[in-house]
Amino acid sequence: MIDMALYFAMGCFGVGLLFNLYRIAVGPQAADRILALDTMVINVIALIVLYGIQGGTATYYEASMLVAMVGFVSTVAYCRFLLRGDIIE
Amino acid sequence: MGDGSNLLVIIALLPFIGALVPGWMIRAGRNACATFTAVPTVLALVMLGILAPDVMRGEVIQARFEWLPQLGLSASFFLDGLGLLFAGMILGVGLLIILYARFYLSGDDPMGQFYTYLLLFQGAMLGIVLSDNILLLLVFWELTSLSSFLLIGYWKHLPEGRQGARMALAVTGSGGLAMIGGMLILGNIVGSYDLTDILASGDLIKSSEWYLPALILILLGAFTKSAQFPFHFWLPHAMAAPTPVSAYLHSATMVKAGVFLMARMWPALAGTEAWFYIVATVGLITMVLGAVIALFKDDLKALLAFSTVSHLGLLTMLLGFGTTAAAVAAVFHIINHLTFKAALFMTAGIVDHEAHTRDIKRLGGLAKLMPITATIGTIAALSMAGIPLFNGFLSKEMMLEEASHTYWFENPWIVPALATLGALFSVAYSLRFIFHTFGGPVRDDYPHKPHDPPFGMYAAPALLVVLVVAIGVMPFLADNLVAVAASAVAGEALHPHLKIWHGVTPALFMSFAAIGGGIVLLLIHRPLDRVWIAAPRPEAKAIFDKLLALLVGATRWITEVTHNRSITRYLAIFTVASVALGYAAWTGGGMSAPSREMLPVPPLVGLGFVLLIVGAASVVLFHRNRFRALVVLSIIGLMVSAGFVYLSAPDLALTQISVETVTIMLLLLALHFIPKETPRETRVGKKIADGVVALVAGTGVGALAYAFMRRDVDTISGFHLDNSYAGGGGNNVVNVILVDFRGYDTYGEIIVLGIAGLIIYALMQALLGGPAGRKLRNTDFTRDLSRDRHPLMMVVATRVMMPIAVMVGIYIFLRGHNYPGGGFVAGLVIAIALLMQYMASGFAWTQSRQRIQYHAMIGFGVVIAGLTGAGSWLAGKPFLTSAFGYFEFPPIEEFELATAALFDLGVFLTVLGAVMLMLFSLSRIARYAGQSVNLEPMDYDPADRVKPLEGGKE
Repeated sequence: MIDMALYFAMGCFGVGLLFNLYRIAVGPQAADRILALDTMVINVIALIVLYGIQGGTATYYEASMLVAMVGFVSTVAYCRFLLRGDIIE
Repeated sequence: MGDGSNLLVIIALLPFIGALVPGWMIRAGRNACATFTAVPTVLALVMLGILAPDVMRGEVIQARFEWLPQLGLSASFFLDGLGLLFAGMILGVGLLIILYARFYLSGDDPMGQFYTYLLLFQGAMLGIVLSDNILLLLVFWELTSLSSFLLIGYWKHLPEGRQGARMALAVTGSGGLAMIGGMLILGNIVGSYDLTDILASGDLIKSSEWYLPALILILLGAFTKSAQFPFHFWLPHAMAAPTPVSAYLHSATMVKAGVFLMARMWPALAGTEAWFYIVATVGLITMVLGAVIALFKDDLKALLAFSTVSHLGLLTMLLGFGTTAAAVAAVFHIINHLTFKAALFMTAGIVDHEAHTRDIKRLGGLAKLMPITATIGTIAALSMAGIPLFNGFLSKEMMLEEASHTYWFENPWIVPALATLGALFSVAYSLRFIFHTFGGPVRDDYPHKPHDPPFGMYAAPALLVVLVVAIGVMPFLADNLVAVAASAVAGEALHPHLKIWHGVTPALFMSFAAIGGGIVLLLIHRPLDRVWIAAPRPEAKAIFDKLLALLVGATRWITEVTHNRSITRYLAIFTVASVALGYAAWTGGGMSAPSREMLPVPPLVGLGFVLLIVGAASVVLFHRNRFRALVVLSIIGLMVSAGFVYLSAPDLALTQISVETVTIMLLLLALHFIPKETPRETRVGKKIADGVVALVAGTGVGALAYAFMRRDVDTISGFHLDNSYAGGGGNNVVNVILVDFRGYDTYGEIIVLGIAGLIIYALMQALLGGPAGRKLRNTDFTRDLSRDRHPLMMVVATRVMMPIAVMVGIYIFLRGHNYPGGGFVAGLVIAIALLMQYMASGFAWTQSRQRIQYHAMIGFGVVIAGLTGAGSWLAGKPFLTSAFGYFEFPPIEEFELATAALFDLGVFLTVLGAVMLMLFSLSRIARYAGQSVNLEPMDYDPADRVKPLEGGKE
């Protein structure tokens, strides 16, 4: 049963990734692209967690936490670049 | 090893140790400096004197230390007759030169430097004549080239000095390169690089098919060093050196190194037809050519230089004859030439010093003004001319005797005739030196009124001419020394008897002919000189300069074609070459059939591929808009990280995502100051060509990966997996590889990273101080910007995250040895945590709360890693061997401590320091561009909320 749920979830996040990709490619605003990229990071984190559940190991969970911790920093940097130009003032 | 060997090693080392002293002692005055330069030379000479009786009895003193036994290189020295002769010459003349230079150098010349170079040269030269290992000999050989470069260019303000030094280095250095090849071949033939072994296996060498290449290469080295035709041209240009240098290097010692080498290698190489025709012919040509040119030189030193070339040719020719009698004559002439030529150079130096010119046409009549100098110069020059009762006569007679029965391609008269011609010109230029400098009426147009110099200056040449006369009148004085040196050259015991009168021999007639002809030539010198000046003749320096310019042009052309400062060109060449090599390997066969089945593609992995491909294609499409390209690049980074996780490499995934984040921040920082659009620069045709290259290379790499994945290949992964715990004490193989198995690589890499960080800092410093800085200050960044510079929400969030992130960093660091993590990732994680503070509250605010300098952090990191590695030496293990053990600290459970963790700490600190320093450097640009600085952590102060607004309503 859990396998079915995992496959379904993976499928959903996979489709999510494709939509993110579409938004990054098309835009139209820079903010759209950044937001899509950020969502993409979150989708990848979700996929890593799901993959860990499937394999029954905790290592992937940790990896996902770390990706989460540093993944958003580039989003912040992109946003600051748009808003202020210089990311470290 | 007995006492003798110890002394031998000390003799070889003394000049090098002594070279450290003059530079300091010059502060105590010029006399002290000269004295302290003389001390090591005198000491070495005394020790040589102690060893001399043993050597004269025919013993060979040896000393040996292994240096790099794997390469056959050992620091081994030996002293036989030939070595004794040369070592005595080098030290003895060295001592005289030190005395002479004390008086010759003026107060403006940096004397300490001069003496340091001189002792360095002396050490290098001694090393050549004492080496018992040809690789060691090569080291000293190159050292003489380098130290003579310094000495020739000693008067740095003179362009002739610099050019002469460069030419000497170029010629002798390239000859040295050829010699390295020859020596390696020789060592290969014999199977040993020890000179004693090589000298003992002459037959083996001469019968080898590699004999000729080895001979030619070694002779190239010897000929360039000893200024043999056609490499003779550098020696006259080296005369731009101060006269003591010319007297020491270019008459007595360095130029004799080539002759020494030929003498040393005589038992191993001489005696074949090739040897005779190459060495004797080159020597003969050089002897005649040098003598002819010398007659028409007006500069005293140039005259002496070409005369030296001629005499070196004579020595080379004698060695080329390959008979033992010729070897005796060569050894004897080495001694004689040393005595009269060094004296002559010093005389020329005195004349130059006193009259302020060395142009023969402006001199004359000096005999009355400086009688002592004139006497010394005349005796030495008569010896050079080969007049009886002076030592030059004896060895020249022996040379003519040898020449008189030498056949050159079955021709009995060509060698004797040319040898006589050389001797004839030699008489002519020697007499010209005497009569045109010292003879004739006193003139009144000298640039400076000449008179005899102080005693110290003429003491050295006076001593030498005493030897000239002593040996000339009583040749048996030199019997023993010549015998023992010639025996060492020939490799068999010789007992020559030197005497003045040999009876009526062909050589006597040749001598008379030479003297008579020489006098006639001098008498008709004036018309001859006019003809010579009018005649066209090749100017060696112009040819050399042209050749050098051609060479520089060719190398510049190659550089321009392969690397014209355009990275596209460079990358294209690199890629195409790699693909071509790969294709050659592919078609070369040896590819086995695929042994693995194709695996199914899970849909998610397929999706990853789609994302990667679309991402890559989008970068190509969007690359003009730099910001957009950066966003799209992030997709690729993300997907690669996800791929690493999927392929069970969480370490790599962590590193990848951290590096990705830091890189994005660096690029964004830089992007702020550069145009946001890429200019259109490339033509369509070039774009298509580049596209083809890129596609081919990409396909090639893909094919390579595919080929490997379809086959079972033996990799070293198995070894690492098996030995990770046993050898490095860690379960995380990746980390153990980084800090233990490949610790040396990691050590190098963190040093490179640290250097990169420092260089970015330094470049930025220079950039901001230059025109770019002024331009920056005038930039106008007025754009429609958000006015919230430091948003409250971000400041609070980053503050809250800071301790968590640091904790995670420490955690990753500590467990790195056994689970995913390690110093590198930990460094990046903490760097990101710190960077977020910089982003949130601004540079100045954060920097003022930062206590540790990032430069220092890099330094500490490298030092800690290095000390950890060096620590294993204390335990008697090789560098970076790790140790580990388990310990128990009461509240904590059993805990593993490994030295690798300490090394990892070094990695951590370097990474953290380097990353922070790079961002620090880049963000300094903004402050330079006139950005204001905030003192508060955020723009909006929540405390304002409760206060009534100024002038506003409640």
